[in-house]
Amino acid sequence: MDAAGKPKQLRTVVFLFALVVGMFAFGFALVPLYKLICSVAGINNLDATGSRVTLEEALSMGVATDRIVNMEFDATVNGDAPFKLTPITRKMSVTPGKVMEMEYQITNLSQEYVVTQSVPSVTPWQASEYLKKVECFCFTQQPLQAGESKKMLLRFSVDPELPKEYSVITLSYTLMDTKRGEVNTETAMVLE
Amino acid sequence: MTTIAVDHDDHHDHVPTGIKRWLFSTNHKDIGTMYLIFALVMLFLGGGMAMLIRAELFMPGLQLLNPDLYNNLVTNHALIMVFGLVMPAAAGMANWMIPMQIGAPDMALPRLNNMSFWLLPAAAIMLMMSMLAPYFGTGGPVNTGWTLYPPLSIQAGMSMDLAIFTLHIFGISSILASINIVTTILNMRAPGMTLMKMPIFVWAWLMTGFLLILVMPVLAGGVTMLLFDRHFGTSFFDAAGGGDPVLFQHLFWFFGHPEVYVLLLPSIGVLGLIVPTFSRKELFGYKPLVIFMIILTLLGLVVWAHHQYTVGMSLAVTTYFMIGTILISIPIGLMIFNFIFTMWRGSITFETPMLFAIAIIVMFSFAGVTGLMLAVVPADMQYHDTYFVVAHFHYALIPGALFGLYAGVFYWLPKWTGHMYDEKLGKIFFWWTTIGFNLTFFPQHFSGLAGMPRRIIDYSHQFAEFNMISTVGAFVFGLSHILFLYIIIKTVRGGEKAGDMPWEGARTGTPGLEWTLSSPPPFHSFETPPEVK
Repeated sequence: MDAAGKPKQLRTVVFLFALVVGMFAFGFALVPLYKLICSVAGINNLDATGSRVTLEEALSMGVATDRIVNMEFDATVNGDAPFKLTPITRKMSVTPGKVMEMEYQITNLSQEYVVTQSVPSVTPWQASEYLKKVECFCFTQQPLQAGESKKMLLRFSVDPELPKEYSVITLSYTLMDTKRGEVNTETAMVLE
Repeated sequence: MTTIAVDHDDHHDHVPTGIKRWLFSTNHKDIGTMYLIFALVMLFLGGGMAMLIRAELFMPGLQLLNPDLYNNLVTNHALIMVFGLVMPAAAGMANWMIPMQIGAPDMALPRLNNMSFWLLPAAAIMLMMSMLAPYFGTGGPVNTGWTLYPPLSIQAGMSMDLAIFTLHIFGISSILASINIVTTILNMRAPGMTLMKMPIFVWAWLMTGFLLILVMPVLAGGVTMLLFDRHFGTSFFDAAGGGDPVLFQHLFWFFGHPEVYVLLLPSIGVLGLIVPTFSRKELFGYKPLVIFMIILTLLGLVVWAHHQYTVGMSLAVTTYFMIGTILISIPIGLMIFNFIFTMWRGSITFETPMLFAIAIIVMFSFAGVTGLMLAVVPADMQYHDTYFVVAHFHYALIPGALFGLYAGVFYWLPKWTGHMYDEKLGKIFFWWTTIGFNLTFFPQHFSGLAGMPRRIIDYSHQFAEFNMISTVGAFVFGLSHILFLYIIIKTVRGGEKAGDMPWEGARTGTPGLEWTLSSPPPFHSFETPPEVK
């Protein structure tokens, strides 16, 4: 049976093949769409860099002096990458609305030039939108010379709007090896 | 249409013989047979893996397998059962029955049909290579389960690449088969066979075909990205490069959830023929049933993330997916009522296909109820990744897909072979396999609710009794298939002659045209299109 001999049948076949190609393309289109939808709708709140604010905004939030939130800091190195990441302050009592600072120590244990990326995660995740970051080493990729060790700044503020039931917030960073020779200052984790 | 049929007569007035008949076959009946045999081989292969898994889980502690092999088996059991057994078996049935039911001489694209079948053995061989590759020092096995979630799937050895290529080939095969089937249904119906006069099985496959065409390419894209992340330095799913592993879960389940309906719908179609036949009553609500199938297909495309509640989505998103999922129970529940009302006040006889049909209605409803429990977000937080889920989807897929295909085999075996199967053995097989199945999976609801996690080789001692029952049941269930094989071989080799219409009630409602042909049907059927009134 020859499909070319029957225009109606040929049309169906062409349409169906086009549908297949279109859906394959749609699969790839989902990659940017996913990020777009998540950031626009604020759907995937796991991405704590989403709550990035300027210093002025942070200072204008107002201070809730009637309560204290305990911040805990944590760090993990992804896989068996040859780095060390340690929070210099492990625990901190924070007055919501006040801009706070702390530092992480990062060390490159290898003998090579590397580019790292820290990916934050907030527990409980419901609190992540209330953890406002003014300055964070997770906003950009960090280059490290062989054996280099340096301190990296985190400046943040807890939104006074944080619901009362959250009294402890844990901020954890996972340090990734990007295996890329050059620094990409505008990483995909930060969309603005 | 007529000119084609005449053209057809000139070339194909003989039956090719020997290996060439099968290797170069463009005959829908031969290709259908090959599909079904392939599926049967895969049934025993995947079933054998399940037996090994259950044997290991007979007692707590490690006895037979090591964790790597166990995970390897869990992954490949699922891939073989989904892509090797149920989809080819359903496609084989479509190949055999759809042209005969709608009065077409063959499939619309017979050469493509040959190709979509012969891709399957290639895929199966590659899957076996993926299973064995870790034993040749190529890194770890595919230990992720069939969902292939990164980052674990990024870290596996060469076997993961082979598994990805296997999925590509299986995917191409089923996309080509679907294009062929949809084209056949839309263009090659006999004069007078309008869409609303099609047998319900044809309708079910029309929906299945569209679903496969819509979702299979997305899976292909997803696993291709996985391959790129593994070898070409991209970061689709690698957080270090700005990707997101959760994205893969969305891509996978965008395919994975409609896939459930791909497995289920052909069986619903078979039920829609068997229940009226043995109730000797027209199908209750043919039009609504078609509409429910269309609603099911559309809703099925937009509820995928209920497989990912625990990954940390916002309240609004989980609520949407929860409501969507619960909504799906409405068309499915109404379909079940269609079948029950068809039986109501019918003069029912209980031949093997009907026994399977009734068992499916009961056991699939059970899966529907546990599915509703799993759809509710706060409850799912507790049930997620426990044996409760294992019990749920085995209740959905074994009665919902596999038993439907068994019912179809018993229903059409007289038509295919020209011989009646042994009714007594058929009934013994039904009871044996149903009891074995329930013995295996019913206790898993309890161990799951008590918190036994899935996909782990060992378990806590408190679950020992349930697992022991499960393993005994699994072997009862597994062994029953030797009888199934025996019944099929016996029927093929001989037996009581089946008339053109072996079932008294087969012409009730909206029957297919297969019953107007002889049993077994001639090698080339409907070369002149029949007229449907």
